[in-house]
Amino acid sequence: MSGATDHLPRLLALVPWIVSHPDTPVGDVARQFGVSEEQIRKDLDLLFVCGLPGYGPGDLMEVVYDGDRVSMSNADTISKPLRLAPDEALALIAALRALLGTPGLVETGAVDRALAKLEAAAGGHIAGADVAVAADAVVAPDVVETVRNATMAGRRVRMRYWVPARDEATERDVDPIRVFTSEGAVYLVGWCRSVDDVRTFRLDRALAVEVLDVPAEVPEEARNRAHDERVFTPSADDRLITVELSDRARWVADYYPCESVAEAPGGGLVVTMRARDDAWVRRLALSLAGIARVVEPADLAEAARDAARAAYAPYAARD
Amino acid sequence: MSARRTERLLNLVICLLASRSFLTAERIREIVPGYDETPSDEAFKRAFERDKEDLRDLGIPLETGTNSAFDEEPGYRIARGDYALPPLTFEPDEAAAVGLAARMWTTAAMGSAATRALRKLEAAGAEMVALPDGLQPRVEATGAAFPALAAAVHEGRVVSFDYRTGAANAGEPARRTVEPWGLVVRRGRWYLVGHDRDRAAIRVFRLSRVVGTPRATGPAGAVIRPVGLDLTAAVASYDAGAPTATAVLRVRTGRGLGLRRLATDVAAGPGEGWDTLRVPYGDPERLADQVLPYGADVVVVEPAEAVDVVAERLRALV
Repeated sequence: MSGATDHLPRLLALVPWIVSHPDTPVGDVARQFGVSEEQIRKDLDLLFVCGLPGYGPGDLMEVVYDGDRVSMSNADTISKPLRLAPDEALALIAALRALLGTPGLVETGAVDRALAKLEAAAGGHIAGADVAVAADAVVAPDVVETVRNATMAGRRVRMRYWVPARDEATERDVDPIRVFTSEGAVYLVGWCRSVDDVRTFRLDRALAVEVLDVPAEVPEEARNRAHDERVFTPSADDRLITVELSDRARWVADYYPCESVAEAPGGGLVVTMRARDDAWVRRLALSLAGIARVVEPADLAEAARDAARAAYAPYAARD
Repeated sequence: MSARRTERLLNLVICLLASRSFLTAERIREIVPGYDETPSDEAFKRAFERDKEDLRDLGIPLETGTNSAFDEEPGYRIARGDYALPPLTFEPDEAAAVGLAARMWTTAAMGSAATRALRKLEAAGAEMVALPDGLQPRVEATGAAFPALAAAVHEGRVVSFDYRTGAANAGEPARRTVEPWGLVVRRGRWYLVGHDRDRAAIRVFRLSRVVGTPRATGPAGAVIRPVGLDLTAAVASYDAGAPTATAVLRVRTGRGLGLRRLATDVAAGPGEGWDTLRVPYGDPERLADQVLPYGADVVVVEPAEAVDVVAERLRALV
């Protein structure tokens, strides 16, 4: 679509919204529409010069500012929102269906009722049944629900958490900051009281969770930091490792943040990435045995080989 | 140019909505600003055709007709009743679910469509609720493939698209022609399930591997979804390899926690410091992926196909 046809839907949504929400600060309007304040002002300037044929003072729409607050009048013709366009209906209906794939995050009954209303409003453009949802969630719904409730209520949780790199379960108290999903897994970002720092936990690795009757206490700077926290944020201090990937291991380049990715002359890829710690590298090397190889640094490559030798020993006697 | 064209389109919408009678193209040219800038009849005709098409693409119900039997030329108007979103209300828990759903998109196109939809719902009377910042569900980015395939599924039209197979970015994309049966979201990823015409078989496609925008090629209603089709089962077997066998694993006591959680049975021994686990699996390669990270703490005992895969992969590293 052209720029004009991207723009027009926003204008046709903007007018009814301002009409039904008079006296709203322009900054709030911008936030509601997910565009810059400058863009909203441009939109409003454009609306000023549009209206009914004749286009005299009584025909044009009126945009009224009170300080920084904006209202509209003389916009009766387009004061009702245009029915949902297919992409708009789809964006909500498909996402609601997808929410059902993470049981425990929302109340299923509420999603079903909302879907029914939206399908009616979509006027047959899209039906929820076009989008199926696999409910075989990776995380136990009760764990998600417990953590979600604690996050919303601002309560501390106590968690038995499995650390794969060390293959051990640890117990820790966490003050929740936020819950997010990625690739179907659910994560909790919180202030971990065992280490006094922000940590990200994959909830399918939470073996048990209970809400404590203690309010969460998160340092303000940690709260800000937690908003940028990704699934794994490499730090410049982490060691740089070089891994040769065969064609079957190409997905690794997509899955882990890589510093560099290059095609290898004989097929496959050569990537460099930041290592969290040595145990993580050993585990990565083992999990990719036969399809990839850590080549640098030499000590980590040798450690991976040692681990593989030990693991191979029980099979070595096979005929 | 863009702002002027938007202005012209907006004035056209207002004019056609306000008019009870059908307006001819010639009349529209006279009264809607912007068309007077078209240098010739031919240029006007082209501009007007393009504008009509854009309005229809946006879902604006543009009607064609005549005001009386004597009119020779057809005119245009927008049916007000079909234009407006009917009034709508949400219970607070429904509004919370919708608000959360609107946050899920990671791509700008779907995200802004969701935002626009919310603002329209509000203007139609729905009250949205403030959501805590701490809840951020996400679905994978899908690009232009998503709305195009959703429309094709809904309309029952055959689609063709370029599709990358194999591991990430490997190989040139190949054109596929598919009777689309449904979209599936599984673990945050999007899939299309359908009948692949070239391969004459059911196929599952990951939307993130579709290159460019799929094109619907056939007429609407041409695709018949098989009765009793289980879309999610098709994707599950494509994605994970549904369990078809059980492996016996020796795992050091207190280790292999990830495997223990998959095990249907855990027994102590044989041997001090070891447990025996029974773990269901589908594809021996996938089982190997799960077993290998534990190194010497886990030994595959049986079946032979699983033992072979794990041993061979380790031997490659030794």
